[in-house]
Amino acid sequence: MLLPGPDSEPTDPIIRLRGVEQRFAGGVTALSGLDLDVRPGEWLSLLGPSGCGKSTALRLIAGLARPTAGSVERRLPGTNDIGDIGFVFQEPTLMPWATVEGNIALPLQILGVSRTEIRARVTELIERVGLGGFERARPRELSGGMKMRVSIARALAASPRLLLLDEPFAALDEITRARLNDDLLGLWQAQGFTVVFVTHSVWESVYLSTRIAVFSNRPGRVVAEVVVDAPAPRGAEFRESAVYLSTCRQVSEKLAEAMR
Amino acid sequence: MSPPPRSHRWLAALAPPLAPLAAILLFLAAWEGLVRWRQIPEYVLPGPLRIAAALGESWPTLFSSLLFTLTVTGEALLAAVVLGGGLAVLLAQSRWIERSFYPLAVVLQVTPIVAIAPLLLIWIHDVRLALVVCAGIVAFFPMVANTTLGLNSADHNLLDLLGLYGASRWQVFRRVRLPSALPYFLGGLRISGGLALIGAVVAELVAGSGGTESGLAYRILEAGYTLEIPRMFAALALLSATGVLLWAALSGLSWLLLHRWHESAVRREG
Repeated sequence: MLLPGPDSEPTDPIIRLRGVEQRFAGGVTALSGLDLDVRPGEWLSLLGPSGCGKSTALRLIAGLARPTAGSVERRLPGTNDIGDIGFVFQEPTLMPWATVEGNIALPLQILGVSRTEIRARVTELIERVGLGGFERARPRELSGGMKMRVSIARALAASPRLLLLDEPFAALDEITRARLNDDLLGLWQAQGFTVVFVTHSVWESVYLSTRIAVFSNRPGRVVAEVVVDAPAPRGAEFRESAVYLSTCRQVSEKLAEAMR
Repeated sequence: MSPPPRSHRWLAALAPPLAPLAAILLFLAAWEGLVRWRQIPEYVLPGPLRIAAALGESWPTLFSSLLFTLTVTGEALLAAVVLGGGLAVLLAQSRWIERSFYPLAVVLQVTPIVAIAPLLLIWIHDVRLALVVCAGIVAFFPMVANTTLGLNSADHNLLDLLGLYGASRWQVFRRVRLPSALPYFLGGLRISGGLALIGAVVAELVAGSGGTESGLAYRILEAGYTLEIPRMFAALALLSATGVLLWAALSGLSWLLLHRWHESAVRREG
């Protein structure tokens, strides 16, 4: 019988950051000595004070920037990189001239997917993010929460294996935010992609994540990791459970230490 | 709440187009009144009614001149759009190209057309073509400046997103840069339309003749020589009307293309 050895990982990471440093032209060092793994299927939250380089780390993971030192390895097996990563920005970042359908179809059009396939996929996505009836609406006719839904649908359009979200709901009200969190959690459970989620909310990170990486003040690096040991599906009961509260306390302490 | 009385609703619907019309009529009436009351001779300042009569008398000549000026303006604007838009696309390709060529476009802009026109009239023997070139030069810069600004104003995150999907240069251009530039382009077009008309008139004034055909500027010169001031005013009025119509047409085009999405063309509610 084969048993995994004591020091072998249960699953190989799909993203591996080692000794990453990111220094900007203006002389600001955003990240320094950052080690981070992203494992397949997990929901990893990057938690830290604002300006600690979480977003920079996310951009490095996406390949939108190159580190000034250290290495970023992407191993998304079985496919080429393109279309394998979905990105949701802090702002909805939609094309104001295009309809909801047009915005969601953008990645597929770039990837050269056929028209009939795009139609089917977009219709399915609009249904899934709850935007039925708004197919022909322009972004300016939508509320902040609905715009974010379009942005999420667009990020999921090419069926990515890795979904990166950069404080996506920071600008939304509490109620909309909670609902979008639950919907996103549902999509993650149903589709089995990997999530890296940047946030500065302890409560949000514990509610959503399987693992939390706590960042230090700038220059940022991971100073603590917390595994949130609670099974899916998580719902309203989880928010009131002892596990949730104790984990929040634990994460808050780590964050307080990190900011010292 | 009961609906407002019928007469009020009519007034509400008609007031926006009627208000400027009423202002113009009031202005014309005051003008006519002043001319009659002070008995100003028509070779100094003719009244609106006299000008209208002159317009009627010389309508065939003035109308063919109007068509001539309009075609020169139209061709110049078209050339400015094509060449200016083309140059803007080129400039947007790289910062280096922009830095190298933009100053040249500025030189073209700041040199007064009245100063270049005599030279162009010597170089280009076809007077009509020379007029088109002069008007085109004036209309050129707003197209270049606005379109370049527009092409460079695309949302950086959106550009990053396209990069994530391995979009080609052409895809980025067509999907994001070009639509982002549209409001700026249309703003430039409205400015260039007016400038093309001014350029066409100025160039013809410098040329002193319209060649085989004559535009409105030449009619103004001609009426000046013969001291037919009412006719001069009639030609002037036609020029102003043309400018206003051109501006309205280009504004309409802008509204047509932008009203679904761009803040500049969207009616504010509440």
